[in-house]
Amino acid sequence: MMEAQSYRVRVGLATCGIAAGADKTYDQLVPLLAEHGIVPERTGCLGMCFSEPLVEVITPTGDSYLYGGVTADKAAAIVEQHIVGGKPVEELLALASSAATENDHFMSKQHRVLLEHVGVIDPESIDSYLAFNGYKALIKAVNEMTQQEVIKEVQKSGLRGRGGAGFPTGMKWNFTYQAKGDKKYVVCNADEGDPGAFMDRSILEGNPHALIEGMTIAAYAVGADEGYIYVRAEYPLAIKRLRIAIKEANNHGYLGNKILGTNFNFNLKIKEGAGAFVCGEETALLASIEGLRGIPRPRPPFPATSGLWGKPTLLNNVETYANVPAIFRLGAAEYSKVGTESSKGTKVFALTGKIKKTGLAEVPMGITMREIIYDIGGGIQDDKEFKAVQIGGPSGGCLPAEQLDLSVDYDSLTAAGAMMGSGGLVVMDETTCMVDLAKFFLTFTQSESCGKCTPCREGTKRMLEILERITEGKGQPGDIETLEELGSAIRDSALCGLGQTAPNPVLSTLRYFRHEYEEHINEGKCRAGVCSNLISYFIIKDKCVGCTVCAKNCPVNAISGERKQPHEIDQSICIKCGVCYEKCKFDAIILK
Amino acid sequence: MSKVNITINGLALQVDANMTVLEAAQSAGIDIPTFCHDPELTKAGACRMCVVEVAGARNLPAACTTPVAEGMVVETETERVQKARKTILELIWADHPHDCLTCEKTGSCKLQDYSYRYDVKGSPYQGEVREIPFDDTNPFFFRDLNKCILCGKCVRKCHEINGAGAIDFMNRGFGTKVTTAFDDPIEESSCVFCGMCVDICPVGALTPKQGLNQGRPWEVDKVLTTCPYCGSGCTFYLHVRNDKIVGITPNFAGPMKGHLCVKGRFGWDFVDSPDRLQTPLIKKDGEFVEATWDEALELIATKFKEVGAQYGADAIAGLSSARTTNEENYLFQKLLRSLGTNNVDHCARL
Amino acid sequence: MKATHQCHAADPFDYAPVDEILERYQGQKGATIPVLQAIQEVYGYLPRQAMEYAAKQLRIPFSRIYGVATFYAQFHLTPRGENIIRVCQGTACHVRGAAKIVDALKEQLGIEVGETTEDLKFTLESVACIGACGLAPVIMINNDTFGRLTPEKIKEILKNY
Ligand SMILES: Cc1cc2nc3c(=O)[nH]c(=O)nc-3n(C[C@H](O)[C@H](O)[C@H](O)COP(=O)(O)O)c2cc1C
Ligand code: SF4
Ligand code: SF4
Ligand code: SF4
Ligand code: FES
Ligand code: FES
Repeated sequence: MMEAQSYRVRVGLATCGIAAGADKTYDQLVPLLAEHGIVPERTGCLGMCFSEPLVEVITPTGDSYLYGGVTADKAAAIVEQHIVGGKPVEELLALASSAATENDHFMSKQHRVLLEHVGVIDPESIDSYLAFNGYKALIKAVNEMTQQEVIKEVQKSGLRGRGGAGFPTGMKWNFTYQAKGDKKYVVCNADEGDPGAFMDRSILEGNPHALIEGMTIAAYAVGADEGYIYVRAEYPLAIKRLRIAIKEANNHGYLGNKILGTNFNFNLKIKEGAGAFVCGEETALLASIEGLRGIPRPRPPFPATSGLWGKPTLLNNVETYANVPAIFRLGAAEYSKVGTESSKGTKVFALTGKIKKTGLAEVPMGITMREIIYDIGGGIQDDKEFKAVQIGGPSGGCLPAEQLDLSVDYDSLTAAGAMMGSGGLVVMDETTCMVDLAKFFLTFTQSESCGKCTPCREGTKRMLEILERITEGKGQPGDIETLEELGSAIRDSALCGLGQTAPNPVLSTLRYFRHEYEEHINEGKCRAGVCSNLISYFIIKDKCVGCTVCAKNCPVNAISGERKQPHEIDQSICIKCGVCYEKCKFDAIILK
Repeated sequence: MSKVNITINGLALQVDANMTVLEAAQSAGIDIPTFCHDPELTKAGACRMCVVEVAGARNLPAACTTPVAEGMVVETETERVQKARKTILELIWADHPHDCLTCEKTGSCKLQDYSYRYDVKGSPYQGEVREIPFDDTNPFFFRDLNKCILCGKCVRKCHEINGAGAIDFMNRGFGTKVTTAFDDPIEESSCVFCGMCVDICPVGALTPKQGLNQGRPWEVDKVLTTCPYCGSGCTFYLHVRNDKIVGITPNFAGPMKGHLCVKGRFGWDFVDSPDRLQTPLIKKDGEFVEATWDEALELIATKFKEVGAQYGADAIAGLSSARTTNEENYLFQKLLRSLGTNNVDHCARL
Repeated sequence: MKATHQCHAADPFDYAPVDEILERYQGQKGATIPVLQAIQEVYGYLPRQAMEYAAKQLRIPFSRIYGVATFYAQFHLTPRGENIIRVCQGTACHVRGAAKIVDALKEQLGIEVGETTEDLKFTLESVACIGACGLAPVIMINNDTFGRLTPEKIKEILKNY
C-alpha cells in the first residue's frame, strides 16, 4: 500500500496508450518505483492521444504533473529527477496543475463530466470507482426513488441518445417501462463501428463501472432483470476490463440477484461482436445477440415493445448510459445547465485526422466547431489550411470552413447536412481530395451493407462505381446528377439507417465541394493531388541539384539524370507513388 | 378487432388496426407492387418495391411492413414513389441478364411486369455484374442465381414453412447470395424438393425442369385438380397444352395454401409414362390379360358374392389407400359395409 | 455427449474441442456466434466438420450457421496464419496515410490483403477501425496495437514475429 505522504504515479493504459508503448513504460516503472515504495497505478485514457504514453505524477501535496511522450527509456528520468530530486522534468511536461503548458487549452475548454474520472481511476478496481462516489447514484435510485421517479429524472435532464440519432433517452425508457412483457432486457450498444470514433472505447477501458451503474439504474427503471453489452471484438482490452468490472460489481452486490438487498435482480452479460458495422444498427445488433446474421428488420415494432427475443428491450449507447450516474449525482437540474436548449449536457468527440492534438475531448453541447478544432485541437497539423471536417462518420457529412462557427448540437448539425453521429471528428486539410473522401466512405458503407435491401445493396455499389470512375479521371458529364438522383432515391427507400445515410458523405461533399467534382470530371484535375490518375510529378530543372535521392528511391526507376545534373521523370513509367516528392529536400518536385 | 381510419390515395378507409398499409390498400383494391412480400411469411421489407409516401414521414416507408395508424394519409403512386420504384428496378436491371426472350419465366415474371408498369427499359448503370454458374445439378429445378433479386422468399419458405432449411443467405452486401451451406449442390443439402421456393420465386432464378420450353403461361390451360398421391387433399393447377401436362402451379387459395411435397409438385411425369396401365388386367391361365372395366367389375362382384355365400360376409375385407381422398375412402367403407362386412382398413395404418 | 463421439468413429476429425465448447454454452440463448468464435479460437478457422457438427447439436440448419459464418468479417472458412495482421483502413487512418502502410505490408509479406503467407506465418487483413485513431495510422498484430506508423517502421515491427 501507498503511504499517505508519498508520490503517486499513474500510467494511462488504454489501447491508445499501449499502442504508443505505455505498457513498456509501465513495466519499466514498476521496479524503478518499487525502490521508493511506490506502486504505479493503472488508469484509462486522458484523451491526449497526441502525447501518449502519458504518465502522471502526483506530489505529496496533491499537485499533478502530466508527462507526455514517456516512452520506456524516459521513465528513469522522471523517477530520478522528479520523484527523487523533486524537480519536474520540464521537457516532458504535457500538463501541470500549477504551471502553464502549451496544452492548457486542450483541457480548459473541455467540460469533463463523463470523462471526469477516466484517466484518474484504476478501471480494474471497483474500490477506485467507489472512492469517487461510484454507485452512489444507483443506491439513491434503488433505495429512494420509484421507477417512474427515475424515468422522470432522466427526462428532466434532457439527455438524448449519444449513439447517433439523438433520441430523447427518458422517453425511450418510458416506452420500455410501459411496454407489457413478462421479461425485459436492457442492452448496451458498444459496437462503436464508426471508423474514426473511440469515445466509447475510452469509457469502456477507462471507467467501465460508470456504464454498469448506468445500465443497472436503467434496468431498475424499466423493470428488466437481464442485460447485454454488445462490444465489438476489435476491443479486446475493453472486453477484458468489462469482465473484471462485472465480476466485481456482482461481488459487491451492485449487480446480480437482490441488488443492494432489495428484490431487484439484474444480470449483465457481454456479447462480443464478430465484425460487422451494420450491427451497430439496433435491430441488427439484437439479431446478432440472438445468434443470427446481423440483418436489420423494419421498425415498428421498436425494440422498446418487441426487441430481444421479442421482449421489450431498452437499447442505449455506452456514452448515454455512462451519463446516467452523473445525472443522479448532480441532479437533473444541475446536469441540464450545460448545453443548449435542445441538446443538454456534454458530448465526447474523437479528434482525428490532420489536427495537431488528436484525442478525445468532452465539450459542452453548443460549443462551436472552431473552438473544438482550434482551441482544443490546436489547429491543423503543420499549420496547413483547414478544408473540411467530417462529422458523424459514414452516415454523416463534411462541413467546410464557412461552417466552422456552427453550434455543435444535434439539430444544427443535421440542418447543415451532417449529423452528430457517434462523435467522430475527422479534420481535413488541403491535401484531402473530397471526391476521394466520398469514395472512401462509400467503399466502407458498400462493403458493410448487409445486403438485404435493394437500394442499399445495389445502389451504393453503383454510386461507388461512379465515384471510382471520377477519381480515375473517367468521369462523364451527368455523373454528378446521377449521383444526386441515386443518392436521394437510396435515402428515401433504404430499409435501415445505414442505407438511408450512406449517400450523405457524397451529398454533403456535393453540397459544399461541388467544384472539386466538376474539376475532376471536366478538367481532369484533382486539386489535392490525391487521385493518382489525375496528377503527374515533374522536376523543376532550376531547383534540382542532382542529388539523386529521388532516382534512388523511385520504386520503378522512372527517374533518370546524371549526378549534379537536373533529373527527369519518365511519365510513361511513373506510377505516381509520390515517393520522390516526399524525399526531395529541395522542393524541386511538383505535383500537377 | 378495433378499427382505424386512414386515407389511401384520397380514399377514406376504415380498416383493422393490425393491418399493414399494404393489406389496407389491397382490401380497397389498390395494387402496390411487391417482390419480397408473402402473406404467410415473416415480413422482410427487403426489396423496397412497395414504398409509399406517408404524410409526415421523412422517407418512404415500405407498405408491406408499416402498420396502419389512426389518421394516416398514404399516397401510393406519387412522383417521388414512382422514382424510387424506378430506381429500384433500374438497379436490379444493372445486374440481371437481359434474356427475357427465352427466359422460362416470361409472362409470369414480376420484374417484367413492373418494368412494363413503370416504363423501365433497362439500366443507366453499368458496372460489375454477378457471374454465378448456372446450376442444373438436381433433377427437379434449375437455379440461375444471376437472375436472383434476393427477395429472400425462398429462404423464408424453406425455413418457416417447410422446415428443411436447405438454403440461406450467404456473404453480405453486393456479394450476398442465396444458397446451401458451403454452396454444396442442392441435392447434397437438406432440401426435400418440395418446390415451394420455385413456386414463389418472383423471377426466373428458380424454374422447374419439367415443362421447359413447352408453353408460355398464356398458351396453357390451367386445370384445378386434387393431388392423387395422398389423402391430404392438396390442390393445384395442371398446365395443359395439346393434351399434355406441361406444368403446375400450386393453388395458394386451396386448403394447403399451395404447400406441396416433392411428389405432388414434381411427380406427374408418370401420367404419360408408357409403363402405365391403361386398362384393367385379369389373370387368365397365370397370365395378366387386358380387360374392359365392365369385365373387371363383373369379376369382382362375382367373387364377392361367392366368398360371401360360402364363408359369410366377415370373410371379406377391404384395404383402401392413403393416396385416395377422404370422399373416396368414405365411399369405399360404405361399399364394404353394404356387403355386410366391417373389415375395412387403410394402408396408412399398416 | 459420449454417444455423439461414436458416430464419428470413422471420421479422423477431432470433435472433442467442439463438444467441450458446446457443453460450455449449453442452454444459453443465442449461442451460435460465441460457439463459432470459440471454434475459431481453437482451430484458427472454422472447419466444415466442426460447423456441421455444431449446427446439428445446436439444432439449427447447417445453411443458417453457414450464413452466419459468412456474414461476419471475423470468421474464416480456411486456415489462416499464425499471426494475424490487421491494418486499419478507418477514416482517421485513411486520412493519415493508411494506404502506404498497406502497401508496405503487402510488399514485405508478398501477399495481398486477405491472404496468408505460404509459410502460414502471417495473414494480412484489413479492419475498419480499432479505436486507436488518435495514433493513426495503426495496425494490430494479434492482440497488440501499433500506432503512429510509417512504412519504415513496419519492417522493424515484423522482425519481432
Ligand atoms: C448503420 C448504423 C450503425 C450504428 N452504429 C452505432 C454504434 O456503433 N454505436 C451506437 O451506439 N449506435 C449506433 N447506431 C445507432 C443505433 O442504431 C441506436 O440508435 C443507438 O444505439 C441507440 O442508443 P442511444 O439512444 O443511446 O443513442 C448505428 C445506427 C446505424 C443505422
Ligand atoms: S439499408 Fe443496407 S444495411 Fe440497411 S437493411 Fe438495407 S441493405 Fe441492409
Ligand atoms: S425445394 Fe423445398 S426444401 Fe428444397 S430448397 Fe426449395 S423450399 Fe427448401
Ligand atoms: S431465388 Fe427467387 S425467391 Fe429466392 S431470393 Fe432469389 S428471387 Fe427471391
Ligand atoms: S414487398 Fe415490401 S419491401 Fe419487398
Ligand atoms: S481509423 Fe484507424 S484506428 Fe480508428
